[in-house]
Amino acid sequence: MNSIKNRFEVSSLREIGIIIAFFVILIILMILSPNAFAKPANLVNILKQASINGILAMGMMFVIISGGIDLSVGSIVALAGVVAATFAHPNEYPLIVSIVLSAVIGAGVGLFNGISVAYGNIPPFIVTLGTMTIVRGMALIAANGQPVFNVTKAFEGIAGGFVFDVVPRLVVYFVVIAIICAFIITRTVFGRRVYAIGGNETAARVSGINVNRIKVAVYTLSGFLAGLSGLLLASRLISGNPTSGQSYELDAIAAVIIGGVSMSGGAGKWYGTIIGALLIAVIGNGLDILNVSSHFQLIIKGSIIIVAVLLDMKGKGKI
Amino acid sequence: MDDFILEMNNISKSFAKVRVLNDITFKVKPGEVHALVGENGAGKSTLMKILMGIHSPDNGEILISGHKTQIKNPREALAYGISMIHQELNPIMDMEVSENIFLGREIHKNGLVNIREERNQAESLFKEIGININPRTLMRNLSVAQIQLVEIVKAISLSSRVIVMDEPTSAITQKEVKTLFEQIDRLRKQNVAIIYISHKMDEIFQIADRISVLRDGELIGTFPVTDVNNDQLIKMMVGREIKEFIPKTVVPVGEVILEVDNLSRGKHFQNVSFKLHAGEILGIAGLVGAGRSELAEAIFGITQPTNGVIRINGIPVNHQNPKHAIRNKIALITEDRKQTGLNLKFSVKDNITIVSLDELSRMGIINDTQERKAADDFIHNLSIKTTSRNTLLANLSGGNQQKVVLAKWLLTTPEIIILDEPTRGIDVGAKRDIYLLIGEMVKTGKAVLMISSEIPEIMGLSDRIIVLAEGEKTGEISRQDFSQELIMRYASAFNNGGIQ
Repeated sequence: MNSIKNRFEVSSLREIGIIIAFFVILIILMILSPNAFAKPANLVNILKQASINGILAMGMMFVIISGGIDLSVGSIVALAGVVAATFAHPNEYPLIVSIVLSAVIGAGVGLFNGISVAYGNIPPFIVTLGTMTIVRGMALIAANGQPVFNVTKAFEGIAGGFVFDVVPRLVVYFVVIAIICAFIITRTVFGRRVYAIGGNETAARVSGINVNRIKVAVYTLSGFLAGLSGLLLASRLISGNPTSGQSYELDAIAAVIIGGVSMSGGAGKWYGTIIGALLIAVIGNGLDILNVSSHFQLIIKGSIIIVAVLLDMKGKGKI
Repeated sequence: MDDFILEMNNISKSFAKVRVLNDITFKVKPGEVHALVGENGAGKSTLMKILMGIHSPDNGEILISGHKTQIKNPREALAYGISMIHQELNPIMDMEVSENIFLGREIHKNGLVNIREERNQAESLFKEIGININPRTLMRNLSVAQIQLVEIVKAISLSSRVIVMDEPTSAITQKEVKTLFEQIDRLRKQNVAIIYISHKMDEIFQIADRISVLRDGELIGTFPVTDVNNDQLIKMMVGREIKEFIPKTVVPVGEVILEVDNLSRGKHFQNVSFKLHAGEILGIAGLVGAGRSELAEAIFGITQPTNGVIRINGIPVNHQNPKHAIRNKIALITEDRKQTGLNLKFSVKDNITIVSLDELSRMGIINDTQERKAADDFIHNLSIKTTSRNTLLANLSGGNQQKVVLAKWLLTTPEIIILDEPTRGIDVGAKRDIYLLIGEMVKTGKAVLMISSEIPEIMGLSDRIIVLAEGEKTGEISRQDFSQELIMRYASAFNNGGIQ
């Protein structure tokens, strides 16, 4: 009993707040739309809609906990998707080429971000603002400004289709990646050190932690997951579009923030991030079904981000 | 008959269910220096936060010049002529000195700041007070001591009637303390009341007119300074007799374990040599800015020396970063525990184990059971007061935070322990615990290098003391020759034109 209490002490309180808010909103939408929103098929659909943002948010969580930010993930999604689709035309290359290339591109951009932040001492916002722009340009060049169509059935099958005829593959990827990330951030030495450098970088350095190496790893991980997301998105849309993934970085940041991760680094929980990603998908889906115009949805989404952080600050007694 | 400038009557305050102040009545006369003493957690800062309008009391009333007053926020407190110099200074580092002094009440015409006038006024304030700081300097370029003096000048410039000073001397040199006390005296003559919070008994007896003692949220009493002595005061604060406050553990001194030979780093320190033996406590004395912390940082690999050799057990070592030093069984407990020692967003457990995670994990995965046990052992052995191992460090008192820092480094089983101001800003009870702990360290054959600005502490614990002044070693004193005069003479050697 005592140990359970200890486990969920203090820092988990704010995540509990967002979990409650999530279920309240879910139930309200179910009551408002029992025949469309509340149908099991739609709930599965919501999970599917949350998947790509959820995967990006997992990477973003590492970066933000370490005290940084990664604006480049949306552009990485586009570049990785374009390249993956380009190498997925029928009868050209084996499927593995697309998969490996998108992962390598994502990790490569992330590595560049990490090295610039850690060794170049450039603020993360600036580095990733730069790569966001550069990589978007690369995607447009690689695709000649046009979407890349004509991909194989196998490529389409990466994200399309179901496992056991019910669970979309996309959701399976999300769940597997979320479990791995949750394990890394909570149980490994690396995860603990990510929190440590976000909480107090100088103290971490004095404690013998190789701060630079951790930073490089964190951005590489975020880039890698963005590369995979690009592959999944291209597979789902059966094309690689150089203008896709716009503002995905902001949705990922929103999920992380709604989930209670501190923007200044050093604190936050993985399950908060997942709830954040789910909440964004639930609201988008629910409002669609209720025929709320997408213009109003933006206002609602933005307000939720502000209210979530406001409640978070109140919970911490800062206001 | 008594006219009080400030009366806080029957103040009570609880947080959650914990009562932190119980029916406190605290009265201050104009023109007195009123020392407020007590261990950390006794309620001093809560009482002062109520005065400054940061917290509101559950019960009780505040009277200013006999008028009942409600102070809702710090701005109102300032308007009533109450200002506070916080222990943790929060200047705006990229602004210049004069801008900081006039922050929030800028001298302006139609919204345009008249920086020249601010500089002039700041300059005349400094001149009047006799402090030599250029008002155009950026705060970033000042030492902690200078920043503190700027804060004091700011409070003076607010023409406050009550000034609260929270540990104003925790980071400044003896010479600057003298300047501060001159200012306090000056303010006293101008009928300003000073509430002086300090852990340093000698200062309190030197400057205070009356003393109020708090313990566990209760007021033990208010006394004229002439009615109490040091021992009585400590007894009232901690609620028990402390016979031998600084216990010296004498152990036979072993082999040389650390040898520093002609070590230099730029202009920070030059040609410093000393030997440290197993089982020995070697004190490093000197004024703030003498290069003591910089020396420690170079030994620990935070910075690299430009010249000279460090040997451990006779073997030359070259610490490129703290990790190398840790591998060579060195620990550094830094001077500023909040900035460089701890992660306040971490739990007690996570702070204790952060350096030793490699030992507490397999293939990069942390062994929870081992980790919890390691943390629990230290929480128990060092009697760290915390509700659980998962409590966030920010919720611990300064003394207990310091114990967590020590636990974190002791877990790495170091052979050489460098302590930089190990009892800075912590209360009397925790100080003694840490003194005992340092004794335990040498008993187990570890070598301790201790930087301290507290003369009783460094003389009480050390076997030998070396003194630095302006980056150079100016003296070495054996225990039988310890005296405050000698230490101060070596420490200010260069100020007096070198050693003769």
